[in-house]
Amino acid sequence: MSVRFRPSDTVDFVVIGSGAAGGVVAKELSSAGLRVVVLEQGPHLREKDFTHDEIKFFHRGVLVNDLKRQPNTFRKTEAEKAVRQPAVMYGRQVGGGTVHFTANFWRLHEVDFEERTRWGSVPGASLDDWPIRYAELEPYYTKVEQEFGVSGLAGASPFDPPRSQPYPLPPLPVKSGGVLFERAARKLGLHPYPAPMAILSKPYRGRGACTQCGYCKHFGCEVRAKSSSLASVIPMAERTGRCEIRAESYVRKIEVNAQGRVTGAVYFDSRGKEVFQKARAVVVCANGAETPRLLLLSKSSRFPNGLANSNGVAGKYFLADTGIEAHGLFEHPLNDYKGVHVSRLIHDYYDSDAKRGFFGGGGIDARFDWYPINFALDGLPKDVPRWGEGFKSALARYFTRSMTLLAHTSCLSVESNSISLDPELKDSWGLPALRLTFKNHPDDLNVQRFLRDRMVEILEAAGAQKIWADDAEDLVYTGHLMGSCRMGNDPRTSVVNGNHRAHDVPNLFLVDGSSFVTSGRQQPTCTIAALAYRAAEFMVQASRKGEV
Amino acid sequence: MNSTSRRRFLEVALAAQAAEIAVAHQHARTAASSRTPVLVMLGAAEARELEALASQIIPSASSPGAREAGVIYFIDKALETFDREKREAYRRGLEAAQVKRRELFPASESIAALDGGQHIALLRAIESTEFFGLLRTHTVMGFLGNPEYGGNRDLIGWKLIGFEDAARFEPPFGYYDREERR
Ligand SMILES: Cc1cc2nc3c(=O)[nH]c(=O)nc-3n(C[C@H](O)[C@H](O)[C@H](O)COP(=O)(O)OP(=O)(O)OC[C@H]3O[C@@H](n4cnc5c(N)ncnc54)[C@H](O)[C@@H]3O)c2cc1C
Repeated sequence: MSVRFRPSDTVDFVVIGSGAAGGVVAKELSSAGLRVVVLEQGPHLREKDFTHDEIKFFHRGVLVNDLKRQPNTFRKTEAEKAVRQPAVMYGRQVGGGTVHFTANFWRLHEVDFEERTRWGSVPGASLDDWPIRYAELEPYYTKVEQEFGVSGLAGASPFDPPRSQPYPLPPLPVKSGGVLFERAARKLGLHPYPAPMAILSKPYRGRGACTQCGYCKHFGCEVRAKSSSLASVIPMAERTGRCEIRAESYVRKIEVNAQGRVTGAVYFDSRGKEVFQKARAVVVCANGAETPRLLLLSKSSRFPNGLANSNGVAGKYFLADTGIEAHGLFEHPLNDYKGVHVSRLIHDYYDSDAKRGFFGGGGIDARFDWYPINFALDGLPKDVPRWGEGFKSALARYFTRSMTLLAHTSCLSVESNSISLDPELKDSWGLPALRLTFKNHPDDLNVQRFLRDRMVEILEAAGAQKIWADDAEDLVYTGHLMGSCRMGNDPRTSVVNGNHRAHDVPNLFLVDGSSFVTSGRQQPTCTIAALAYRAAEFMVQASRKGEV
Repeated sequence: MNSTSRRRFLEVALAAQAAEIAVAHQHARTAASSRTPVLVMLGAAEARELEALASQIIPSASSPGAREAGVIYFIDKALETFDREKREAYRRGLEAAQVKRRELFPASESIAALDGGQHIALLRAIESTEFFGLLRTHTVMGFLGNPEYGGNRDLIGWKLIGFEDAARFEPPFGYYDREERR
């Protein structure tokens, strides 16, 4: 049984959210002797709750935010009135999105931290450098890989940034899709390599090795082989005896005193009762969508625009999960539904290249992240009949013989792309709904078109019998949530400084995808966890010096 | 315990855990398919009509289809449990389909009683409606979802597409990764 604090106990830190960032921060702070309460709106699930049930976990989405109770609204531009529709998807339980994610887990490249300097400005975008560089984050990336457990092959990609340690675990088995991708990519002079995954290829630190069951994305792992914060750092935090994980606690406001310092958080408990947890400092790790929303919900006479938002930047510059897919059908069964979803990857097109005439780049991975029902509904090419014998025979032929390539691509920072509060719609607790305003910068789509053509080349070189690809379209619904409280040295254009401390409030820290200045090439979670280790180290030092 | 034997112990313990999961899985499956299905929410006539439509979406001519998989029992269960709010869409959708049927085939008595060509003509006439989209989604779910939900009887759907639900697979998984090992 882990420690329990009373709401009236002034703990050292309240951490809001328990995903990649919250899990790490809780573990690091409590390991350093500080008393921590983690407030998490979702439930605390165990391995027995994670079953193979596509209807429950994929179609009913029981591990992600429930849009019936917490609805979103969406609009493309500020001139429009937003309409109710799904806009953001995130894991809603202890462990957050690391419980149900696909577990692609790679580091940013050195260039990601200084693209403004290297590339220059982009019209219509707010491309900026990060206040930190890759080299400063490298030791924390290493820590993430060691403590979470990541499988991969160091040095296998010539484009990888420098690393001080190899991956703690060897790569997972290659699948048929990975083999076809690797052969084709080599033929084209590209550099395929084993995809780094936050999934254990061997037993590690008391957790089981992956059983190749194939249920990763949208599912929790029943053998704890997926390196979620629930399976890795959260139990470590609880074992310190100084960290309470308080599930089913939905924070609605962070309180401030007359000095402009935060004093704790007000949340709804599982029965809807309001509770105020006192703390000396607050860390918000509620993700790139809910963190800015909570700041905007935390209006006070001291901060009438929302907490830590005197410059009006909170919620702006939102970065999303951009990408595009192409698919191929092959002669023989691949059975790529078995095993982890992604087995091979290239980063040859990662960097921007002026010769292409636009900003941005991306990686391409070989994957099969389909399950029987969603493949039948969404995985077949458009020229296949939607019902009848033709539909049925296509199902029999395509499911085992298809693979997907995903280009995960850059998303430019645009000021008007933002998270805000809907002026009308409320959630089931009576709080203003989350509103997303988003329209891709034209270069986001240019890079997608460019990489779609590269994917088609790869599928052709792989000998696909049939190839079909998506169109580059403006994004309306996203699962990678970044950029909305970005870090920076200039308090006029960013929300937190390079140590994740809010410019406006000395004892408030924001650490999660919201801190990102640029999108990288998607798959942000490894970096979110690394930022969290680094931020927590700063918090520990500052609190030892009495500077929190 | 030294670290090697400790690691060994964990591997065994975890393998045992995986085996238990596999047994539990199998148990749930057998229990699901041995029960005689009953309709809870849908009336018999309504169920017959819906089943006739579903079996046009996944027909049974070449091999068992939606009918044999018990898709209708899945739909019944969905409307009784997690998709309760779709009942009205079903009621109105089926009504509109009947109107369409009478318009196309005034002499016909029911959807179930139409002949092959008439069925196809009726589906063509409704295939872009919202109701058809819903019925198609449910038919696919009932055909390819877990048998615990009442459909996919004897794993008919999974067998058709070549899918197997197991607690553990070992590589090689498919043709090309096997080829690579040789
Ligand atoms: C389908 C899917 C697949 C993905 N696959 C990958 C992948 O392969 N690789 C990758 O890098 N990323 C992937 N992601 C993204 C990944 O899930 C996120 O990047 C990651 O979880 C973000 O970590 P975080 O700590 O910033 O936030 P989260 O993990 O979202 O954690 C935030 C937590 O805060 C809680 N919370 C929010 N608001 C409140 C509040 N007001 N009160 C209390 N609690 C609150 C939430 O319930 C949640 O548990 C995927 C996402 C989705 C949806």
